[in-house]
Amino acid sequence: MSVLIFTEIDNGALKKSSLEAVYYGSEVAKMKGTTATVLAIGTATDDELAKAGNFGASKVLHANDSRLANGNIQAYSDVLSLAVTQEGAETIILAMSSLGNAVAARVAAKLKASIVSNVTELPDFSNGIKVTRSIYTGKAFAKVEMRGEKQIIAVKKNAISVVESSNLAIVEPFTPTLKESDFAVKVTGTHKASGIVSLPEADLVVSAGRGLKGPENWSIVEDLANALGAATACSKPVSDLDWRPHHEHVGQTGIKVSPNLYIAAGISGAIQHLAGVNSSKVIVVINKDPEAPFFKAADYGIVGDVFDILPRLTKAVKAL
Amino acid sequence: MKILVCVTSVPDTTAKISFTDGDTKFNKAGVTFITGPYDDYALSRAVELKEQTGGTLTVLNVGEVDSEQVIRKCLAIGADDAIRVNCEPKDSYFTAVQIATIAAQEKYDLILMGRESIDYNSGVVHGLVGEMLGIPSLSPIMKLEIDGTTAKMTREIEGGKEDIEANLPLVLGCQEPIAEWKIPNMRGIMTARTKPLRVVEPVGEDMTFTEKYMLPAPKGACKMILAENAEDLIGFLRSEAKVL
Ligand SMILES: Cc1cc2nc3c(=O)[nH]c(=O)nc-3n(C[C@H](O)[C@H](O)[C@H](O)COP(=O)(O)OP(=O)(O)OC[C@H]3O[C@@H](n4cnc5c(N)ncnc54)[C@H](O)[C@@H]3O)c2cc1C
Ligand SMILES: Nc1ncnc2c1ncn2[C@@H]1O[C@H](COP(=O)(O)O)[C@@H](O)[C@H]1O
Repeated sequence: MSVLIFTEIDNGALKKSSLEAVYYGSEVAKMKGTTATVLAIGTATDDELAKAGNFGASKVLHANDSRLANGNIQAYSDVLSLAVTQEGAETIILAMSSLGNAVAARVAAKLKASIVSNVTELPDFSNGIKVTRSIYTGKAFAKVEMRGEKQIIAVKKNAISVVESSNLAIVEPFTPTLKESDFAVKVTGTHKASGIVSLPEADLVVSAGRGLKGPENWSIVEDLANALGAATACSKPVSDLDWRPHHEHVGQTGIKVSPNLYIAAGISGAIQHLAGVNSSKVIVVINKDPEAPFFKAADYGIVGDVFDILPRLTKAVKAL
Repeated sequence: MKILVCVTSVPDTTAKISFTDGDTKFNKAGVTFITGPYDDYALSRAVELKEQTGGTLTVLNVGEVDSEQVIRKCLAIGADDAIRVNCEPKDSYFTAVQIATIAAQEKYDLILMGRESIDYNSGVVHGLVGEMLGIPSLSPIMKLEIDGTTAKMTREIEGGKEDIEANLPLVLGCQEPIAEWKIPNMRGIMTARTKPLRVVEPVGEDMTFTEKYMLPAPKGACKMILAENAEDLIGFLRSEAKVL
C-alpha cells in the first residue's frame, strides 16, 4: 500500500522538482499511514540516492539499465508500472515535466488509474481522495475527487514547502525485465544547454521582453540572472523573433513557471504572458510605462528604463 | 496516409474565467471559444502532410454541440471530415478512452494532438491514448517530417531539445514551430459546411469528479519603488518577501 514516487535523475543526482515530489509523496504516505518509496531510473550513486530520505522516503528502487539512459518514455512507463506492482502502491506521485507527464499518462492507462496534473496542494483524505489543481493556465483552480482504485498525481512546482531532515533512505537495485518494443523510439541526438539553471526547476527567474530591443542586449539580463543564480526566460515575441531559444518562452503557449521570484523586465504583461507566470510567489515588474498591465499582477514595481535599472540591480545583488 | 487530429474547443486566451451554479460550472456567458492553440499547430502540420503525401485527414473532438463551431473551422482549414463524441470532457482518462475507441477501429497512421489543452493543461491525453492503442506517444514535438513509414521529430526537453526517430503509427503532442497557423479561406469556409460531421455517443465513465471551481485570491497592491531607489528592491526581496 506504499506511496510510490517517480523521480528523474539529472547529472547523477535527483532533480530538485523530483525531491519536492518525494516530500509531497512522503506527506501523502503519512496521511495514509504508510511509507514512501522512490523509483529512480538512470545513473547515480547509492549515497546520492539515499538522500531521498532527507525528503521523507524510506526506500529507493534504483533501475540502472544502460538502455534507460535516454529518458525513453515507453521503457520508463514499463519500469514504473512494474515498480507499482512490486510495491503494491495505490498512489503514485511525480513532478510535472516533459518526461514525467508522458510517463504518468501511459502508466495511468496501464493501471486504469485516475490521473490529475497541475496539483497545487496536498490531497484531502477526509471523504475520498480530493486534490486541488490549477486550470485555465493558472486563472482558476478545481477541487477534483480521484475515483480510481489507483491514483496518479502530477505535482506543480512549489505546491508545498519542503522541510528537510537528515534521514537516509535504503537503496535497492530494481531490475525489471524490459521488452524489445519498449525501445522502438530512437533518440538520435540531444541538444541541451549546459551549466545553466533549468527554467522549470528554477526558484528564481529573470525574464525579459521586447523592451530589451534586441538579442545583443541580453547580457544585462544574464548578468542579473547570474548574480542571483536565476534562470533566464522571455516573452513569446522574443522567442518568435529568435532573440532567445524557444524553451525560454513562458506563458499560455510556452513554459509555465511557478518560482519563488519572477522578475519581468520590459514585458508589457499581456494576459497570455501572465498565464504562464501567475503562480509565481513574488513578481517584480520593471517597465518604463507606468500604465503597463503587468504592474496589476506585480508585488514590486519599478517605473524605469531597463538599461539603467538592470545593471544597478546586478550591482546591488553582488554587494550582498 | 490516414491522419487524425484531436482538437479542443477552449475559451479564447484573453477570456475572463468565472463559474456559475455555486461554482460547479464554467460560465460560458460572453466567452468566445477557439481551437486550442496547440491543437491548431497539430492541425496545420497535418494539412501540410496531407498535401505532401495524400490520404485523409479527420478531426475529432470530444465535446458538446457548441464545439461544432470550432470543428467547422478545422474543416475549413483543410480536414476532410470530422467526428464529435457527444459529451462534456471533464476527465483526461475518459476523453482518452473516447479517442482510443475510435482510433482502434479506424487505424490511423498518425494521431496528432496539441501538447496540452489550455483549459485543463493536463498534457496527458496523448500518452493515455498511445498506451491504450499500444503505440508510442511523444510530446512536445516541435518538428515533424514523414519519410515513408518513418517519422523524424524534434522534441523539446527541459533546457533544450532531442532528435527522435520512430515508425508509424504514432501519437504526437505538437507545439510551435511545427507549422504556421493556417487561416481558413473563403472556399474552405464554403466547402466546410457540407463536409461530413459524424456524432457518436461516449463509452465508459469518468475516473475523476470535479466537485467545485475556485478563483485565485486577489493580488495585494503592488509596492512601487522609485527608479532612483531601485537598489532598495534587493533589500525588500531579502527582508520582506524573503525570496533571496
Ligand atoms: C494565442 C496567443 C498566445 C500567446 N501566448 C503567449 C505566451 O505564451 N507568452 C507570451 O509572452 N506572450 C504570448 N502571446 C503574446 C502576448 O499577447 C503579447 O503580445 C506578448 O506577451 C508581448 O510581449 P512583450 O511584453 O515582450 O512585448 P510588448 O508588448 O511589445 O511590450 C514591451 C514592453 O516593454 C516596455 N519597454 C520598452 N522599452 C523599455 C525600456 N527601455 N525599459 C523598460 N521597459 C521598456 C514597454 O513599455 C512595453 O510594456 C500570445 C498571444 C496570442 C494571441
Ligand atoms: N475533449 C477533447 N477532444 C479532443 N481532443 C482532446 C480533448 N481533450 C484533449 N484533447 C487532445 O489532447 C491534447 C492534450 O490535452 P490535455 O491532456 O487535456 O492537456 C489536446 O491538445 C488535444 O489535442
